[in-house]
This record gives sequence, structure tokens and C-alpha cells, in this order.
Amino acid sequence: MITAPPIVEKPKNYLNVQSTLKSWLLTYDHKRIGILYLIAVTFFFAVGGFFAAMIRLELATPAGDLVESNVYNKLFTMHGIVMVFLFLIPSIPAVLGNFLLPLMIGAKDVAFPRLNLLSWYVYMTGGLFITYVLLTGGVDTGWTFYTPFSTSYSNGYVIAAGLGIFIAGFSSILTGLNFIVTIHRMRAPGLTWFRLPLFVWAHYATSMIQVLGTPVIAVTLFLLVLERGFHIGFFDPAYGGDPVLFQHLFWFYSHPAVYIMILPSMGVVTEIVSTFSSKKPYGYTFIAFSSIAIAVFGFLVWGHHLFVASQSVYAGMVFSILSYIVAIPSAIKVFNWTATMYKGSVRVTTPMLYAFGFIGLFTVGGLTGLFLSSMGMDVHLTDTYFVVAHFHYVMVGGAIMGFLGGIHYWWPKMTGKMYPDGWSKISAIIVFLGFNLTFFPQFLLGYMGMPRRYHVYPAEFQVLNVLSSAGASILALGYLIPFIYLFWSLKYGEDAGPNPWGSPGLEWQTSSPPPPDNFEVTPVVTEEAYTYKKQEVVQVG
Amino acid sequence: MPERSFQLFPENASTIAGQVDGLYLYLVLVSAFFSLLIAFLVIFFAVRYRRKGNEVPQPADEHSIGGMVLEIVWSVIPLGLSMVMFGWGAMIFFTESRPPADAMDIYVTGKQWMWKIQHNEGAREINELHIPINRDIRLTLTSEDVIHDFYVPAFRTKTDVLPGKYTTEWFKPTKIGAYHIFCAEYCGTKHSGMIGTVYVMSAADYDKWLAAGSGEGSMAEQGQSLFNQLGCGTCHPSVLNQNNGRCPNLSGLFGTTVELKDGSKVRADESYIRESILYPQAKIVGGYDDIMPTFKGLISEDGLLKLVEYVKSIGPKNGSQTSAPAAPVQTTGTSTTPVTQPAARPQTRPAQQAGAAAAGNR
Repeated sequence: MITAPPIVEKPKNYLNVQSTLKSWLLTYDHKRIGILYLIAVTFFFAVGGFFAAMIRLELATPAGDLVESNVYNKLFTMHGIVMVFLFLIPSIPAVLGNFLLPLMIGAKDVAFPRLNLLSWYVYMTGGLFITYVLLTGGVDTGWTFYTPFSTSYSNGYVIAAGLGIFIAGFSSILTGLNFIVTIHRMRAPGLTWFRLPLFVWAHYATSMIQVLGTPVIAVTLFLLVLERGFHIGFFDPAYGGDPVLFQHLFWFYSHPAVYIMILPSMGVVTEIVSTFSSKKPYGYTFIAFSSIAIAVFGFLVWGHHLFVASQSVYAGMVFSILSYIVAIPSAIKVFNWTATMYKGSVRVTTPMLYAFGFIGLFTVGGLTGLFLSSMGMDVHLTDTYFVVAHFHYVMVGGAIMGFLGGIHYWWPKMTGKMYPDGWSKISAIIVFLGFNLTFFPQFLLGYMGMPRRYHVYPAEFQVLNVLSSAGASILALGYLIPFIYLFWSLKYGEDAGPNPWGSPGLEWQTSSPPPPDNFEVTPVVTEEAYTYKKQEVVQVG
Repeated sequence: MPERSFQLFPENASTIAGQVDGLYLYLVLVSAFFSLLIAFLVIFFAVRYRRKGNEVPQPADEHSIGGMVLEIVWSVIPLGLSMVMFGWGAMIFFTESRPPADAMDIYVTGKQWMWKIQHNEGAREINELHIPINRDIRLTLTSEDVIHDFYVPAFRTKTDVLPGKYTTEWFKPTKIGAYHIFCAEYCGTKHSGMIGTVYVMSAADYDKWLAAGSGEGSMAEQGQSLFNQLGCGTCHPSVLNQNNGRCPNLSGLFGTTVELKDGSKVRADESYIRESILYPQAKIVGGYDDIMPTFKGLISEDGLLKLVEYVKSIGPKNGSQTSAPAAPVQTTGTSTTPVTQPAARPQTRPAQQAGAAAAGNR
């Protein structure tokens, strides 16, 4: 679908060097694999978004009048599974990370190009399993698959969904492995660790989690399949198992997985804020090590999901205090981004608007996480809409704002084209407003006591639910507009040139779109990242 | 039930609710302060330092402000504020997880998709819980199938209801009225229909309500007849100081510490009694052999709770008394509070009648 414009006498780039379908499906080029991932995750985002729209439509009234309970339960389950495992986890690392890491470190490709292609096929296989589940009737366990409901009581296609996630997990492991080796072994001459862009540090931390955490969810889902398929008791007390054991195993991966979703986004925001302030990120080393600290401490907080699940009081205290410790590096990042703008030369472009959106929404998402880490508070709030609002502020307000910001920031590099400035700014503002209208009322609903995953609800909750549903329709519009103008720009957009934003990053020193081997000559790095020189400013937009 | 269509706080109807609201206000204030601070700075910097015309960007000078000092300040202040959140939350949680010793016991069994509730005195109800005001109430909860969660927003408390295990939840209601019970842990198709109502009543109304519903005898009495029916008494002595050498004496047992065959010690609480009935081989009392058959599948969770209550009734604390519950403590001041709906529903619901179409869909 992406074809290069027929311009004569131009050097070949990665897009037009070959144009057959086969050349795309069998490519080892990290940039093309990034594009393959972009198409796939966009598709699954649209699928997950459709389920979200149905959920909000149903919840506009207290009664269960649009769909039956059974269908509603499948809608929120499939929304969660598709968004978490097929969109959020691969979104930034597999699309932007794949495309940019080698460019940012001056390499020709990732360390293992064949594994990189394999990871896409593995991901698509997992996606096919989950699509099969969608088409044949769905699954109704919630994306958390809590036992013994999932192993002994659910009527849905639990095994196929579990296997789909199990398989997709391997693509995440392969990507992480590839990035770790690439960052260690493929850096250009002179590019020391502390000259790396912070986007690379963020992806290094993410890769650690992917490699260390994902095998645990794989094992957990495998045990789930064994219990459901063969009645081998691990979790169901009827077979001698322990239902809470599943929650420990599940969250041992799934809490760090939140950081798989948010850390790359933080890397994107760091790049955007620096570029459009024309200033080195304030506190480079603090931002770099805060990513590592989040990855390490992120593994030690899973029990804060189990405060009311008969966990011991003292275990709860340990998990509570560690949850506060892991919040500090996130706070450090927010303060450093803000300080980066101080005395900068600030341009409010579309990517910068998304970065502002990220900072605002992630701050709210992070702060409301402090409510849930406080045990006495969590007893009231857990499993209510407060939790739903909190993690959407982090995952949608954080991860997706970062993803959209990154797409808008590097779109000129990926395609060589600019998108219309006015439309893109308007849609960034629509996304921000729509998002807040959708999810802020859910904090209030949660404190009022409305439990999550409720198909029908008492009438006193309706006003806030209507506001939320109205916001969702605005949010949907905000997501639709970029989809249209980005496509439009492929054909009609202005040529972007190699470095439209005036960034010193290595990825901007090669042509747009980059040549198949990234650089004509391997770059030699002689200075720190983010060294803004007195240069001719190219004003865009 | 709250009638207004828009509010920010649920009813405040337990001793803990005010404490939770206080902590919430602290969290809201801290969050609002930092959110607004960041929003203000981002917007202010974006306007104040916007690039004008073709101004040449200045060269990097990283630590134009404060540097290390600033990094430490904005790490330590949030850490300090969040340690207050930790400590405050932990204190409330400690209170919530330690029921007062003399709390009134009520037993709750969750199943897809209904709540079955048994009072010590024998009254039973479904999806409704009648309790007296100003008494400490301790719920002992278990599930017949999947995980549920017993949540009363007006009391600001909830706990997971697990199959194969007892959990507890306690509260002291402070306001007469009717409040939501929600199942807060997703439990299948009719999850959002697994709701009910707590009726907080004056002590006098509660006694009236209780008397009307205790026709089948107290839980301990029903437990005793189950005890005899299942033949437990043919082996287990239930008279103090009697010993046949085959099975442990159950009289005076509850709440004491039992020494097991392997030398370890265990407190004879509700969970221990339950486990010993279903999985007798799990914990063998010192001096006895592994001869008891399992009663798994022969007794319902409701029945188990009755047996537990029976064993409790012949425990050291109230060994002499098997029925005739102590009259609820008369609290002064409650009579001035107007009685709302609860008094209008004094009759007991026949068990098994209400509840959603709960055909197991295993």
C-alpha cells in the first residue's frame, strides 16, 4: 500500500528500493518491519476501539438495553485483550523502536534481522488466534483471566485466547532480545552509553522487562490451559489448587507490562520536548537511570493488586511502600521534562502538543496511582471505575499520546512527507479534550462505588456515565482525523527533507525516507546527544 | 438509597468511612497541587520561551538552574508526601483487617449470582443483610464457585470472597438506612446482577426482625443436627473432657492452639475447622491417626458454616450455651434516630427462593 512517488534521479530509499509484496513480507530491513508492525497494530487498535465504542454505547443508560450481559462481558474482555496484548505492548517498541533504534545509534540494522522478521510473524500468529476467538464467539473472562472462573466456569474460548497471548508474547521477547544486543553491540564509533538518546535508554529498560517478564505470563497461561483443558489442578480449589496463586503469577508479569507500555512513550516524549525546546533534556542521567529504576522496581510491586485478595497485612505493607518507591522515578521524569523547556526555544508543533498532553495526563494517571497504592484507600477503590480511570490515564493518556506524538514526530522521517499542520493540531486538541471528558468522570464514579465490569448499574450513576460516553465519541473523532490526513500526506504531503524539525539526533542526519542501509557512510559520533548548534532554522508549520 | 443523581461521595455510614474520606481529601489535595503546578509551568514556559521569528537556538547549557540540588528537592518532597499516604493508608488498613474480638458474627456465602447470608440466631436471607446500628459486625465469607467480592461503598470496605477459603470483613454501621451491596470481583454473566442491600436498623427493630426469622433454630442448633446426621458424633466426643482415643474431642476446642502430629501448632479457627472436615488428612492432631474420611462433596458451604458455628458454640468461650444469643447491646441515642425503610421489611425471605436464575453453567 505504500508506494513511493515516481520521482526520477533520486537515490533509492527503503520504501522504493523494491516494491513487490514479497519484498515486504520477506524483508529483513528493520524499517520495513517497523512499517509492517505499524499496519498490524493500527488494525488491532481499530478493532479494540470498536469494542470500546460498543461498551460506552451500552453504558449510556443504566439498563442492559443494547446487548445482553454475556455479549457485554465479551466486549470488555476482547477490548482489554486486543488493546493490551496486540496494541499497547508492541505499539511503540515494535513500530518506532524497530524503525528508529538502528538509525539513532548509527547502525545498518538490528543485531538479528531474521529474528526481527520472525517476531512479526509470531505476533501475527498470536493475532490470528485472537481473531479466531473474536470470530467464533469470543471469551468472557476479562483480560485478567482470573481463576477459577477462567479455568472451570467460563463458556468462552479461553484456551484459544490464552494460546494467542502465549504466542504473541514470544514476539515481544524476540524484540526485546534484539534491542538489548543491538544497543550493546551495534553503536556507531564514538557513541558511548551516555551519548545515547534517552529514547534508546527507555527502550533498553523496556527490553529488560520484555525478556525477563514475558516468560512468566507464558508459563502462567500455559498452566491455565492445562487446568482448563486437562483438569490438572493449579488454581481451582476443586482440583486442590489456589485461585490467588494465579493472581500473583499474572500480576508478576502484568504489572511490569504496564511499564513495557509506558517507558517507550516516556522516551518519545523526552525526544520531542528536547527537540522543540532546542535544549538538551534537563537531567539527562536522572532520566536515563529513572528508566532503569522503573524497570527494576516495577518487578517488585505486583502485590498491590491483591490488597483485598486475602494477602497478609504485612506483605501488603511491603508492596504498598515499594509502589511509592517506583512512583518517584516517574515524578523525576515529569519534573525534568518541564525544566527542559525553561529558557528553551519552544515551538508548539503537533508532536509537542501530544507531548504536553502526555505530561498532563500521565501526571494525573500517576498521581491517582498513589491513591491505589495506599492500602486503606485501595480497599474502597479497587475493582471500581476509579481503577479503570487510573489505568486509562496511564495507558491511553500516557502510552497512546506518546505513540501518536512519536508517529507525528517521525512521520517525516518514515515517509519523507509532511502532514497538514492545522488539521493535526486540531486533532491533537480534540484527543486531549475527548480523553478527559471520557475518563475524568470515571474517577468520580469509582469513588461513588460503581464497580467495574458492570453491564447494568444503579440509576444514580447515569449522569457521569453519559458524560463519559459523550467524551468517548469525541475521542473517537480525534483518532479518526489523523488516520485520514496521514494517509492523505503519503500522496499529497509536502516533501519533508532530511531534518524538518532541526534536531541533532542521528536519525535526522540521513535522508528522508532513509536509504536501505540507513547511512551512506557510517557516522562517527564526537559529542553528546542533543548538542544544538547555531544552525539555520528550518521553520515548519 | 441515594436519590440525588449527582454526588461526589457515597453515604458515610460506618466508623471507617470518615477516615477513608479524610485520606481521600489529602490525596486529592496533593494531586491537585502537583497537576496544576505542572500544567501551569508547561503552559507558562511554552508561552514565555516560545521561539520568536528565526531566533537561533541557544547552545546547550544543561544546568542553567540548580542542577543536582533541584533533582534532590523534587525527589525528596514527593517521597515525603507519599510516605504519609503509605502510613495513613496502612493505619486504616490495619483497623480494617482486625475485627474487634466481641464483634457479632454473620456468615456470607457467595455463589453465581447471589449472596446467601446466615445469622447466628438462625435467620437467613438472600441479597439482603439486616444489621443493628452501632454494633461491630464481623462477616465470615466464602464462595461456592468463583471469586466474588463483598463491597459496601457506604462502609468504604470490601473483601474478596474466595472458594475454598474463609475471609473476614468487619464494620460498625453508624447511620440507619439502606445501602448498596455490590459484587466487586468479576464473576461471570450476571456479575452486575449480584447486588443487594444492607439494612442498618435500630437495635430494637433488629431484634424484632431476627425473632421473626429464627424458626429453624440457631445456626449452632442446625449445625448440631447436621453433626448428628452426618455421624460425626459417633467418633468425635462433644462433651467436655471425654476422650475415646480415636478422634479429638471437639468440646472446648475452638480458638485454642492445637499441636499437630508433625509438631507444628495451629490455631483452631474457622478455616481450620473447615479444612479438617473437607481435607482431614491435611492436619492430623498429635496422638491421632489419619482415619477420618473426607466430607468433601457431602456438605454445602452453608452447612459447613453451621458446623463451624456448632463447634464454636461448644468452644471454651461459650461451651455452656448452644442457642439463645445474647441480646444485642442496647445503645443509647439510637432511639432518637428516625427509622427509615428497614422496619418495613421484618419478615425473613425463605431461603433458596430469591436470586437470579443461578443455574450453574460450568
